[in-house]
Amino acid sequence: MKKEDKHKSEVINLNAVKKYYYMGDNVVKAVDGINLRVKKGDFIAVMGPSGSGKSTVMNLIGNLDVPTHGDIYLGGENTSYFSESDLAELRGKRVGFIFQQFNLIPNLTVKENVMLPMDFQGVSKQEREEIARELLSKVGLGDRIDFYPNQLSGGQQQRVAIARSLANDPDVILADEPTGNLDTKTGEKVISFLKALNKEGKTVIIVTHDLYVAKHAKVIYWLKDGKVEKKTRKRK
Amino acid sequence: MVNYFLFSFKNLKKRGIRSWLTLLGIFIGITTVIALITLGSGLKAAVNAQFGVSSTQVITVQAGGLAYGAPGSVVVTPLTKQDAEAIEKLSSVNIAIPRNIESGKLEYNDIVAFGYAVSIIEGREKEIYKLLDVETEKGSLLRSGDRGKVMLGYNLMKEETNPFGKEIVPGKKVLVNEQKFEVVGILERQGSFILDNVVWMLDSDLNDLFDYGDDVGLIAVEVKDKDLMDKAKEDIEKLLRKRRDVKVGEEDFEVSTPEAALEQVNSVLNAIQIFIVIIASISILVGAIGIINTMTTSVLERKKEIGTMKAIGARNKHIFFFFFVESGLMGLVGGMIGIIIGTAMGFAGISALNSFLGSTTTPDIDVVLIFFALLGSFIVGAAAGIIPAMRAAKQNPVEALRG
Ligand SMILES: Nc1ncnc2c1ncn2[C@@H]1O[C@H](COP(=O)(O)OP(=O)(O)OP(=O)(O)O)[C@@H](O)[C@H]1O
Ligand SMILES: [Mg+2]
Repeated sequence: MKKEDKHKSEVINLNAVKKYYYMGDNVVKAVDGINLRVKKGDFIAVMGPSGSGKSTVMNLIGNLDVPTHGDIYLGGENTSYFSESDLAELRGKRVGFIFQQFNLIPNLTVKENVMLPMDFQGVSKQEREEIARELLSKVGLGDRIDFYPNQLSGGQQQRVAIARSLANDPDVILADEPTGNLDTKTGEKVISFLKALNKEGKTVIIVTHDLYVAKHAKVIYWLKDGKVEKKTRKRK
Repeated sequence: MVNYFLFSFKNLKKRGIRSWLTLLGIFIGITTVIALITLGSGLKAAVNAQFGVSSTQVITVQAGGLAYGAPGSVVVTPLTKQDAEAIEKLSSVNIAIPRNIESGKLEYNDIVAFGYAVSIIEGREKEIYKLLDVETEKGSLLRSGDRGKVMLGYNLMKEETNPFGKEIVPGKKVLVNEQKFEVVGILERQGSFILDNVVWMLDSDLNDLFDYGDDVGLIAVEVKDKDLMDKAKEDIEKLLRKRRDVKVGEEDFEVSTPEAALEQVNSVLNAIQIFIVIIASISILVGAIGIINTMTTSVLERKKEIGTMKAIGARNKHIFFFFFVESGLMGLVGGMIGIIIGTAMGFAGISALNSFLGSTTTPDIDVVLIFFALLGSFIVGAAAGIIPAMRAAKQNPVEALRG
């Protein structure tokens, strides 16, 4: 494999990334020098104790947050030089976020929620509707498109969030404790959707406290104090 | 294009009653402006009708500095019948008729009311009727020699518009200052509060009641030609200055043309309108501050939503417009309610005015006014939303997501 090709297949590359918070005389090292290379089609789980920096890493990968040191490459592009607006466009197109609390917009219907990321990218109304319908039936909610989030169960809301994360056909799905608010059985269903997406070629990174959930991943990164403590690979 | 309006509309639908209360300022402001302008134009039309009844060729001469004091109010040096005769001799003047207006008691059906009585100089009644365009609705006009007889204004006839609880028809007897008079005629409706509520009698009768002698309340002057209006005014002023021995600029009398009278009334109305527009502006300003407050709270409450939107690709300008448009729509809603209530109030005011003045003004819905009121209230709302919307747009996504 040539070097360029290798670079291309690398969806995410964190190069000595640090995120420090300066609070008076104190420095909080939320992320303290992380190197991370993620290839297209990877399925990664991130584990570690509370406060170890998992969410911060996810936000950095998704370019929602900017590092204090180091560079982040997304799809081979160094995002350090991106403007705020370009970063917004980049994450809108390349990244799909899934949150622990689902984070659906309460005053919009299920369909409108899924259409929203496409609104921001200027996709035509007809196309938005079509894709939203398609994605919602894919997550088994084709009959709920005009419901409002508060009319759905937690598991259903998280499936809407999955559909929404796919709206702009991103390379990477970032899920920060997606099963944290769900019971085991419902959580499993959500994980099975993410697994299926990974099979279709999407890169999936998931933060979890649940080893059982993490075991679905091909690689597990263990964080501690903002550093990668160890990395375990699933035996084939 | 992101459908900001749909999103904002949906958000507004879910708003609590408290945030709608902040629209009160905008609502009151727009209501006042619309009610006032609707009423104001109606009022102007009604007032114009009051003056429009007299021919445009008539100049009114009154003693005293203030031309529009109540008729019959005390004046220093009254005009006299001799003044009227002198004015009539002017080359620019056709006729000059002295008239007296006195306030007194009018009694009918054992009910006493206060009203005005005007005089008709015997022998000149035809000129007066022509000058003032007077005709009867019922009965006949007063003629020379009709001592002890009166004509009544239109409003005094009908039970609904007179204070006596009973219709008055020609042939009936009424008491004016305890003196018995026979009603010979009811005048046609003039559309003027003053003329429609007045009692007409011969000068000799009125003089018997009030004893004014040669003193005259006002002199109605008909100009020879419409174009001579200004010249006639000057001629009369010059003549009276000499007769009353006063200098230019120190006149103790007033010569007023109908245009001047109208202008004076209209300028008072305009001043009132400006005053109320200022009050309306203040309440709109208060409303705008209310919207700023509501939107600022709303930005704080929806922090997590803002963070989520940024995570799924919203740029700062998208966030800005969500809040900006929502704020504008809030203003618009306040304006819409204000327009509806304001128009209703204007219409109600005009019908009250009509029944009070006996005028027949019909208010009209001013589409341009409504358009600008709507546009204005949207702009006020949107402008009030600028700072909160900017705050929303500038939120740090990670912090916002934490809520
Ligand atoms: N804005 C901030 N200012 C100061 N310190 C912060 C800030 N954000 C995060 N931190 C700190 O950074 C560290 C990592 O936080 P992070 O949220 O990434 O942890 P986490 O691994 O996701 O924890 P959890 O499992 O509880 O979600 C924590 O010690 C936290 O207190
Ligand atoms: Mg976390």
